[in-house]
Amino acid sequence: MAKLKLGVFKFSSCDGCQLSILDAEDELLSLLDKVELRDFLEASSASAGAPYDIALVEGSVSALEEVERIVRIRKESKMLVAIGACATSGGLQALRNWSRLGLVEPAVYPEPAAARALEKAFPLSDFVAVDFELRGCPVSKTQLLQFFASALRGAKPRLPTSAVCFECKREGNVCLVVAGGTPCLGPVTAAGCGALCPSRGRGCYGCFGPSDDVNLDSYATWLTAHGVDRQSIGLLLKGANSMSPEFRRWVEKNG
Amino acid sequence: MARRVMVDTGPLARVEGEGSLSIVGKKTGSPEVKLNIFEPPRFFEAFLRGRRAEEVPDLVSRICGICPVAYQISSLNAFEGLFGVEVDEQVRRLRRILYYGEWIESHALHVFMLAAPDFAGAPDAMAMAKNDPGLVKEALTLKKMGNNLVSAVGGREIHPVSLKIGGIYRAPSKEALSSLLPELERLRVSVRKMVAFISSFQRPSLERDATLVCLHDPARYAIDGGEIVSNQGLRLPPSAFEDNFEEYQVDYSSALHSRTKGGGSYMVGPLARFSLNFEQLNPVARGLAGDLGLKPPLNDPFQGILVRALEIVHALEETAREVSEYARPTRPSAPYLAKAGTCFGVSEAPRGLLYHTYTVNARGLIERAKIVPPTAQNQARMEDDVRLLVPRIMESDADEARKLGEMAIRNYDPCISCATHFLRLDVQKAPA
Repeated sequence: MAKLKLGVFKFSSCDGCQLSILDAEDELLSLLDKVELRDFLEASSASAGAPYDIALVEGSVSALEEVERIVRIRKESKMLVAIGACATSGGLQALRNWSRLGLVEPAVYPEPAAARALEKAFPLSDFVAVDFELRGCPVSKTQLLQFFASALRGAKPRLPTSAVCFECKREGNVCLVVAGGTPCLGPVTAAGCGALCPSRGRGCYGCFGPSDDVNLDSYATWLTAHGVDRQSIGLLLKGANSMSPEFRRWVEKNG
Repeated sequence: MARRVMVDTGPLARVEGEGSLSIVGKKTGSPEVKLNIFEPPRFFEAFLRGRRAEEVPDLVSRICGICPVAYQISSLNAFEGLFGVEVDEQVRRLRRILYYGEWIESHALHVFMLAAPDFAGAPDAMAMAKNDPGLVKEALTLKKMGNNLVSAVGGREIHPVSLKIGGIYRAPSKEALSSLLPELERLRVSVRKMVAFISSFQRPSLERDATLVCLHDPARYAIDGGEIVSNQGLRLPPSAFEDNFEEYQVDYSSALHSRTKGGGSYMVGPLARFSLNFEQLNPVARGLAGDLGLKPPLNDPFQGILVRALEIVHALEETAREVSEYARPTRPSAPYLAKAGTCFGVSEAPRGLLYHTYTVNARGLIERAKIVPPTAQNQARMEDDVRLLVPRIMESDADEARKLGEMAIRNYDPCISCATHFLRLDVQKAPA
């Protein structure tokens, strides 16, 4: 069987999600032995270029050139995978979408650096079809490796659709909201981190974005009943996934 | 032709983030050297406004996936200073283990995976592994130790979640940290072979007279705080940073450049730390430096790879000691009351001095944020280095010229993602 042709690409981001690939120290050499690495600018100066069977894309689209680039990568790839919150929902830098700054005509700025920026930071799916998403800020290394394990076998990758709350229960943690009125997004955030924050006594801040079938209105009412003020809920939702539809809608409605 | 393109690297490989280097000869005068950074700005300083101080460490960590701990520590230093929080000494030690872990991970990534291929004549570490699998595997275990330390204290390798203003959410158990000791002990020995391997590379040389800037901490080889010092005799508290250094914008980079006020470019990072804090480097690392004939001051940027390797040795030694002496803090976090005011926080990121300043209002919300990352500070100096190399570049064939130019940039382990976090709302008022 021919090796899968892999490309890894960076858009507006912190570099952390593609670093997660290099952080798979135990698996890296055997993984890269099983694929044909055609482009991975951070790791290699060799560039074979298109076509790609799989393109892993980190980062949000926030400049004009990036629009052209993602459209091109889409055309050159059989499967396009968005890795991390920036790629799947716009990421932390999409917080600028909430402020006046995002509305200012780029031309107002004399600085070319500013002029090149789009008025907002967008997820990849606003411009191209995305075949699979790995959530998280950053992505989970385990999920990344699970994705590769499936892709290498030609199987459809699967990820949990439940919430952090389930992982937290499995860890045997005492509920932070019930016991202490600590704001926590565990019940409305996609699983994947292993309940990292609640297991350390702090509320979940939603790195993995909304889980399936969330009812934020209902959950916010429940949080307020446990003494959490609505401003704190809004600020928690305005994190790395503030532009995901479910989180955004609640903040737009509730300020 | 009035202009001749001597080098245009295209997108630079094996650096964090994306940029390119161009050297264009002109009819008269010296060639034009530009480090083009075209990553779009991410406006961090703009959207930090209105956020609670307590949220800032987790928000700013997202400026950089390679050195998130540095961003957390510099911001914590700022707020803890302003709010007058007394952080428990055991917690400070734990934070340093976290920070050493980041140094080990980041330096191992740079030394073995990003820079070493230049010297081995390979496109990447994976190709190097085909010739010398043992070495690359050992380098990966070293990198992994860095990550394991960050995870043990911070919960995960990238954007760790355990730090808060006043301390740490939950400190790891003694057992959790001690379980890393056998591997730490093994690496303390095996790292010497890796340093020897790095020192065997034929490196170019560039003796120059750069201004070197870093922190100095009387208690240790500065990492988590200190005063700002330079090889020009500067000695400043963090609050005086902006009186002595200024940022300016150039039209080909989406990252602000830095210069000393009334002066020129300067360099931050391992070479500055080694040169100015050598006496505090762990004796084992100092001994190795002596064996390799390295002594301060070092002002040749091509020695950077070796100094980073020595800093890995330093971090392993210090971490092994801290881990074996570790006692779980009795007071993981101290209570505090947010106060209004302007605060300053510095620390030594793997790539050098990382400066933060925030203005907090009476409601504990951020009014103004300014962050000056090491790579932004180093940009002008990188270009100056390349200018000094132009005569050599002109004598080389196209491939060699491009390679030398790229190496001169890679000497700084530039993190372009860090550098392009900015665009402040008040940028129009910045000096042109």
